[in-house]
Amino acid sequence: MPSRRELLRRSVGAAGLLAGLGLLPEAAQAAYAQAAFDAKSLGDVVKALGVSAPVDSKDVVMQGPDIAENGAVVPVTVGCALPGARRLLLLVEKNPAMLCGVFDISDAVEPSFATRVKMAQSSNVIAVALMADGRVLFSQKEIKVTLGGCGG
Amino acid sequence: MPDPMRIRAQAAGDKTTVRVLMAHEMETGQRKDAAGKTIPAWHITEVNATHNGKPVMTAQWGTSISKNPFLQFVLKGAKPGDKIGVTWVDNRGETRSDEALVS
Repeated sequence: MPSRRELLRRSVGAAGLLAGLGLLPEAAQAAYAQAAFDAKSLGDVVKALGVSAPVDSKDVVMQGPDIAENGAVVPVTVGCALPGARRLLLLVEKNPAMLCGVFDISDAVEPSFATRVKMAQSSNVIAVALMADGRVLFSQKEIKVTLGGCGG
Repeated sequence: MPDPMRIRAQAAGDKTTVRVLMAHEMETGQRKDAAGKTIPAWHITEVNATHNGKPVMTAQWGTSISKNPFLQFVLKGAKPGDKIGVTWVDNRGETRSDEALVS
């Protein structure tokens, strides 16, 4: 039966080990686009990501329901019909946190991602495609929400 | 240890549809508890997917992704029996990795 002193010494050691492990995710998150996620407008989001202002395009796919029954779980799909998309962004215009997600596309995946988002209120939902040649294209769809989803 | 993800990867010709359902509260940081204190944001910040160990997709998420996040993407060039791995990291530094085989 270890002494109390021994147990305390071991638990400090374990805490130190866990703190050490905790440092790793922080380093990975250094690349996390915090400024873009804090931005309050589409213009600020693209500026935070270092790209030019988006241009409306029929080739960017923004799919979702016309009316969402539950604003906490709205299924949406963002995509790009053109080859050469490097990143897809998903934004909900009237959310307190406008940028929902940034999807990086490698050659191994199709430029199309589906997920579910929270919508605080009826709003435009925007898909932005950042192309390899520097073009920034977007498409938007209005989704009406009957029950807001940010827990307010 | 966070709850496991459910990963389904279905091959149809050259394209494999991968569907992932993650277990996570995804607190936005907007809600207040019964005492009126704001519940701090707790959400997945990064998702990485690999195919046979090779990274194929990375996503960064904010607070607007729904609770118990769903993600679907289409992988090219995978065959039945290949391994799909998905890892997420959240803003508290917690992480979870799961794998599934393409069927």
